[in-house]
Amino acid sequence: MMSNHGNRITQGQFSFLPDLTDQQILAQIRYALQNGWAVSVEYTDDPHPRNTYWEMYGNPMFDLKDPAAIMLEINECRKTFPGYYIRVMAFDSGRGWETPRMAYMVNRPAKEPGYRLLREERDGRSMGYSIVPYATDKPEGERYA
Amino acid sequence: MNRMSDEVMPGDEASIDLREELRTSQVGEVLDKLDRELIGLQPVKTRIRETAALLLVDRLRKKLSLSAETPTLHMSFTGNPGTGKTTVALRMAEILHRLGYIRSGHLVAVTRDDLVGQYIGHTAPKTKEVIKKAMGGVLFIDEAYYLYKPENERDYGQESIEILLQVMENNRDDLVVILAGYKDRMDRFFNSNPGMRSRIAHHVDFPDYSPEELLAISKLMLAQQNYRLSEKAEEAFIDYIRRRMRMIHFANARSVRNALDRSRLRQANRLFATLDRKLSRSDLTTIEAEDILASRIFQKDPPDTGAD
Repeated sequence: MMSNHGNRITQGQFSFLPDLTDQQILAQIRYALQNGWAVSVEYTDDPHPRNTYWEMYGNPMFDLKDPAAIMLEINECRKTFPGYYIRVMAFDSGRGWETPRMAYMVNRPAKEPGYRLLREERDGRSMGYSIVPYATDKPEGERYA
Repeated sequence: MNRMSDEVMPGDEASIDLREELRTSQVGEVLDKLDRELIGLQPVKTRIRETAALLLVDRLRKKLSLSAETPTLHMSFTGNPGTGKTTVALRMAEILHRLGYIRSGHLVAVTRDDLVGQYIGHTAPKTKEVIKKAMGGVLFIDEAYYLYKPENERDYGQESIEILLQVMENNRDDLVVILAGYKDRMDRFFNSNPGMRSRIAHHVDFPDYSPEELLAISKLMLAQQNYRLSEKAEEAFIDYIRRRMRMIHFANARSVRNALDRSRLRQANRLFATLDRKLSRSDLTTIEAEDILASRIFQKDPPDTGAD
């Protein structure tokens, strides 16, 4: 993790940038709504890069016109899960896409301990490598308390 | 003024052209459209003009940083059915949008069913979902008094009202709520929910239409569909309106629209009865007196069921 000192996890859009301000988040949501994508809010406390499916906060939100409504939900989620990773996702139901078109983090824990390198000796002299988040040493819900 | 003369107020000398402001906001256009397309409703139009003027002046004051608070814009529209509450609410959304008090200017019309859930824990997400959909626009709650059912203390409507109250207070910038319904029931509703009353700044009462106004409305409706009433039919129709008004379940413009739909049906049938005749353009567009006089209301002993 030499290229990413501070151990900030980098997933989704804008994750190499400084955290988005609420103003910037609103602008991104507005863009998604203009395109007719369904925006949802998700959270997790497992920072592993392969952890793709996060928990959805509340119901999925369709047919919204105004980004303030989603900001309301983000703030609710921040209040409920202050030390969690929270991301906003925009799903495009258009034919040919039918997939998330945007995903970016809007909340992260104050302290991110980063990852441990796990080496595995295999047959012959080959080595297997994987990473393990320090945070997942603790059980769910207690990781970033 | 003398007291303040030594400390110059910021922007005191800046003059602002009210006419220019009105022109750029394009509110005048909406107000004119309101005048043109809505017949009668004089008190309502006056009220809306006053509100628009207030909001425009408020916006000017804001430019000179004389007031910072967003004014309370929640409204209640009271009146009998078919008096144009929803239509005016649509226009109101447009006016508020042009003045910049709401961001997108759409109207979400709901009733109790859309807000109140069926079991414990269902109401809050349902109400919140509706509120989220309406954000940036106007939330129009028709027959709002059904939200409050005092005879059933476990009714979930109260929960919905509480969420609404909270949003009406905290998200004044994001959402304007318009409550609509019959006058007497709305009054009772406000009396039992003082919190709701105090959060609503504008109470607008919609009067019933006169028969002449209803005739003008029906002509307008027909013109939009490329129909017209013949002279005889016009006389018959005003007679129809007078009779219909005396019966129960009279819903002003809505009843008129239904009556017109039925007379169009009769006109089509009349044309169909004489198949070999060549039809002219005016045959297809004119509704004759007989199409109207065939209504049940003209029978000797009209049914008092309220069906038009």
